[in-house]
Amino acid sequence: MKILLLGNPNVGKSVVFSRLTGVHVVASNYPGTTVEYAKGKLKLGRDTAELIDVPGTYSLEASCEAEEVAIKMIGEGDLIINVIDAANLERNLLLTLQLLKMAKPTIIVLNMWDDAKHRGINIDIKALEEMLGVPVVPTVAVTGEGIKELVDRLKEAATSTTIKEDGVDPWSKIGEVIGRVQEVTHRHHTLLERIEDGSISPFFGPLIFLAVISASFLIVRFIGEGLINYVFDPVFEGFYMPLMMKISNLLGSSGFFHDLLIGELIEGSIDFGESFGLLTTAPYVSITMVMPYIFSFYLMLGVLEDFGYLPRIAVLMDNIMHRLGLHGAAIIPMVLGLGCNVPAALSTRILESKREKFIASTMMAISVPCMAQIAMIIGLVARFGLIYLMIVFLTLFLVWLALGVILNATIKGESPEIFLEIPHYRLPNLSALSKKLWMRLKGYILEAMPLVLFGVLIVNLLYLIGFIDIISRMTRPVVTTLWGLPKEATSSLMIGFLRKDLAIGMLRPLGLTAKQAVVGSTILAIYFPCMATFMVMIKELGMEYSFRGALIMISVAVIVGGILNLIL
Amino acid sequence: MKTLAEMKIGEKGRVIEIGGGDAALRRLETLGIRQGSRITKAGSMLMKGPVVVKTDGCQIALGHGMAKKITIEVEE
Repeated sequence: MKILLLGNPNVGKSVVFSRLTGVHVVASNYPGTTVEYAKGKLKLGRDTAELIDVPGTYSLEASCEAEEVAIKMIGEGDLIINVIDAANLERNLLLTLQLLKMAKPTIIVLNMWDDAKHRGINIDIKALEEMLGVPVVPTVAVTGEGIKELVDRLKEAATSTTIKEDGVDPWSKIGEVIGRVQEVTHRHHTLLERIEDGSISPFFGPLIFLAVISASFLIVRFIGEGLINYVFDPVFEGFYMPLMMKISNLLGSSGFFHDLLIGELIEGSIDFGESFGLLTTAPYVSITMVMPYIFSFYLMLGVLEDFGYLPRIAVLMDNIMHRLGLHGAAIIPMVLGLGCNVPAALSTRILESKREKFIASTMMAISVPCMAQIAMIIGLVARFGLIYLMIVFLTLFLVWLALGVILNATIKGESPEIFLEIPHYRLPNLSALSKKLWMRLKGYILEAMPLVLFGVLIVNLLYLIGFIDIISRMTRPVVTTLWGLPKEATSSLMIGFLRKDLAIGMLRPLGLTAKQAVVGSTILAIYFPCMATFMVMIKELGMEYSFRGALIMISVAVIVGGILNLIL
Repeated sequence: MKTLAEMKIGEKGRVIEIGGGDAALRRLETLGIRQGSRITKAGSMLMKGPVVVKTDGCQIALGHGMAKKITIEVEE
């Protein structure tokens, strides 16, 4: 049996999905968090049903891609669970009426029941069941309230006998339903609502934005650095180092296996940053240098997402984004890209046109370094002084702006206007927040860490067979002459296709000057996204657009690297 | 009567007319902005930035161009 979870964007379908299947998917407080279908299994007595989390739609009129796909999915489903935001009944009912007219067994989940109560909204569930002709179950999915009842009552799901295709204006029907089942009592504005109004006001909005962004930046840096300096580094140096030195001695301090596993000894001992062995630098880079930042970034992002701040940033940035051929909502892929470019490239689906998707993904892939890369850039560049770190990020920001202006002027078409639902602020739920953080950390550990190990292996092997030397000679005109980097930097550019964090780690043993470190980090960010990101781009944009994007990336890298080398 | 773009923040009113194409009309409707619905202007950005309106249950951000095409009868 196939069960579909359907509903408006941002009503909590993904949370209901996680509760029902035990499969965790990322849920946040903004419309469009789910852009891909998630599938899971649901045990119903002795049977197992397939549950599909369908990306949210406001209606079934096939006016956009997401809606067309949803209609197709409904044809294949056996049972529909329609999730409704209880605090927003009127608007949600439009989709509900359309779903009921499809004449499939349906059950309605009145989610965020607690939120509705806080807002003084009372809904007569019995009356609603009567009018819609299907079962209605109130839930608070984040805490799990009502989920058991939902499972118990799934078998009651019915085809509505009261709602039929009758040509009556849906809004008059909705008005009738609302009039009978909903009662709103007056109440005073809560503090959260005052902050809501403030964060979109023309004067306080930008101030709050600046405060939030600088505070987030400081917190991410504080937690990231703190974990590195006081937890991970001491553990690595204190406990892991002696073990590795023993192995190094056992292997005779040199030779093929020693160099592969431990790497090169620097002044007689292991340097975790520079030795480049499978057991030394690989775990050091991914665990000690990068993971603390991944943790602190996703902790902060999770809070902002679940609180509901991201769509407000979209409103605030809308004006600027219009000059770059986009609208405010395109800031969401940019923010997500700071964590990892892969989900960011996927999230460009929230944009309407191909033109926007192309501009947004190209800008993101070129100018938004992921957190793993940022952590390594900090490790490489910060020791020369904060000013050099600022040069890297300022350059990336200026490239971002310039690229947007140029793409907007050269690609035919116009940017559509922003049209986005702004969710209410919600206080993040601690367990939901930690689950999401853990999921993202697990994603990093399972997907990124093996690639770093693989990368170190590849580098060592390529060095051994002399392949890197050949490539270095070929790319010398650009790498050494134009960019002013040592010829060994070529190998780092090659590994950059695989993992950017490792690529920047490879610049460390080269003894770069401050200027070379700046040029190297900036170019590694710009010249190409990692393979995983590029694959998503191909899937989303198609071959032609992706390669056009790649051409832009490489040209921008050549130009920007040359300019930085000249003026610094 | 004024357009949504001209309304002051905090003013309430009733939607009288929505200009623009069918597609735009339908999109607004799905989010609860249609002839007769009561709205409050919740916020806006400077320099012809987007406008945020509250309908009965939710807030919606829409571009200045769209806001100019929506005529509102302001309530006291």
